[in-house]
Amino acid sequence: MEMSFQAVMSQVMLGLNNGVFYAMLSLGLSVIFGLLNIVNFVHGALYMLGAYVALLGYTMLGPLLGMPDYHMNYWVALIAAPLVVGALGIGVERTMLRRLQKVDHLYGLLLTFGLALIIQGVFTNYFNVSGDAYDGKPEVLNGVVNLGFMMFPKYRLWVIGISLFVCFGTWFVVERTKLGSYLRAGTENPDMVKAFGINVPLMVSLTYGYGAALAAFAGVLAAPIYSVSPVMGSEMIITVFAVVVIGGMGSIMGSIITGLLLGMVEGFTKVVYAPASSTVIFLIMVVVLLVKPAGLFGKEA
Amino acid sequence: MPRSRRIPGSWKRIWGVPMSDSVHNEMLRVDDLHAFYDESHILHGLSLAVGEGEVVTLLGRNGAGRTTILKSIMGLVGRRTGSIKVNGIETNRMPTHKIARLGIGYCPEERGIFSSLSVEENLLLPLVVKPGGMPLTEIYDLFPNLRERRHSMGTRLSGGEQQMLAMARILRTGAKLLLLDEITEGLAPVIVQALGQLIGKLKEKGFTIILVEQNFHFAADLADRHYVIDRGLIADLITKEALPSSTEKLNQYLGV
Repeated sequence: MEMSFQAVMSQVMLGLNNGVFYAMLSLGLSVIFGLLNIVNFVHGALYMLGAYVALLGYTMLGPLLGMPDYHMNYWVALIAAPLVVGALGIGVERTMLRRLQKVDHLYGLLLTFGLALIIQGVFTNYFNVSGDAYDGKPEVLNGVVNLGFMMFPKYRLWVIGISLFVCFGTWFVVERTKLGSYLRAGTENPDMVKAFGINVPLMVSLTYGYGAALAAFAGVLAAPIYSVSPVMGSEMIITVFAVVVIGGMGSIMGSIITGLLLGMVEGFTKVVYAPASSTVIFLIMVVVLLVKPAGLFGKEA
Repeated sequence: MPRSRRIPGSWKRIWGVPMSDSVHNEMLRVDDLHAFYDESHILHGLSLAVGEGEVVTLLGRNGAGRTTILKSIMGLVGRRTGSIKVNGIETNRMPTHKIARLGIGYCPEERGIFSSLSVEENLLLPLVVKPGGMPLTEIYDLFPNLRERRHSMGTRLSGGEQQMLAMARILRTGAKLLLLDEITEGLAPVIVQALGQLIGKLKEKGFTIILVEQNFHFAADLADRHYVIDRGLIADLITKEALPSSTEKLNQYLGV
């Protein structure tokens, strides 16, 4: 088989582009799992909602408000979607997840899975399952950049850049700041953190809200690349859960690095043996589970 | 401890009555406290009171409910009924973080050092709840080991250092009511002695301290009064003065 450097690099770059989505979503799952002990199955739906905030803001918000010429700007969507979906997340945490704190993980998983099905079902009812294109991509991000070994779409480069910034920013806040020390301590022993006067229930709400906002942010970034459809989240989330299993639940850096690497591995597989590219992550998952069940970066239980 | 250090001279007479209902300047009052973990009923209508500046111990066998009393005060048990007042403020329906902000420092039996935090992060974690807490530099002067190891992770410390960290952590917050659960457990005699000196100093500074102790000799020297806990109730109250004549009775309670 002929493998040119250019073919490999371009697939790896495109893989990295998928990888940043895996990283951002598994990062949110990790933070939520750490503090709330909930496997957040609704994460994919939140990602999808983020994309729909951008799409509907662009197509429907104007007519709805009686201003047919208004199209919500991409940059506005990038702020608005995380705020809207983050607020929704806080609502879900306050009204539902909070009641499950004292019971087995399984109930949280079932509840969030149910929510995901409901949200997806409602959207499937009103929107096109095959997806709609998002036309709000800003002018500045059109076109390509010459990376030397390939011409790479400017928009994808932006997505990689901003996602890495958000991922490592989150890592920095959690691992290196005072606020993050509350989060790490709360992950370890929430009762003790409460006994030190810290409002843990508020911290839990905000953390869940942040995870949801992160998913929505990824959704907006995805809108101009993938078509916006009600099932975009459920397709993505299966791979993301594999990433989380491989990286190890609850490790932030682990989620980021595993997400990026697996995206690139997936891209590389496309060059080597394309039909395996959609299964390679799951093969790796099986191997990791056999060899190191806690995940590559996870702590042994 | 010289008698002159006790501020109100009349306390002794009040304490002379076992299970006395009134102490001077009540810092903590527990009335008819019942506490439950799931199905098990741990405390059965227990009442006690601690005055400002007092050092009081809770003695008793393992499983008598002493740790549960401290956890109930912090609002960390599954369910509790009755009344717990801190400085006259009813805390029964308060969330734990608000109770802590009334000025309570809690050191649990397992010490509660966070392993994913450095020593300094552990020290800085608790909210400063009242003015007058010890500044970080003073804490490091008091515990030089902690200064040396301030960038190590919490659980890299020896047992003694962890206990020092657990104590130092609550001294920074300005809390004046300290709940200390088995702080001498498993520590070398020289460290136990250092802790004894520390508690003595804190008492001089006017801290109110509740000690759950297994090490009776440690407790005997420090405390003004000893509550004996048995099966979720107060079985006896022994003052410092009555201690020498109560040894036999105590041994029976504690099953020594």
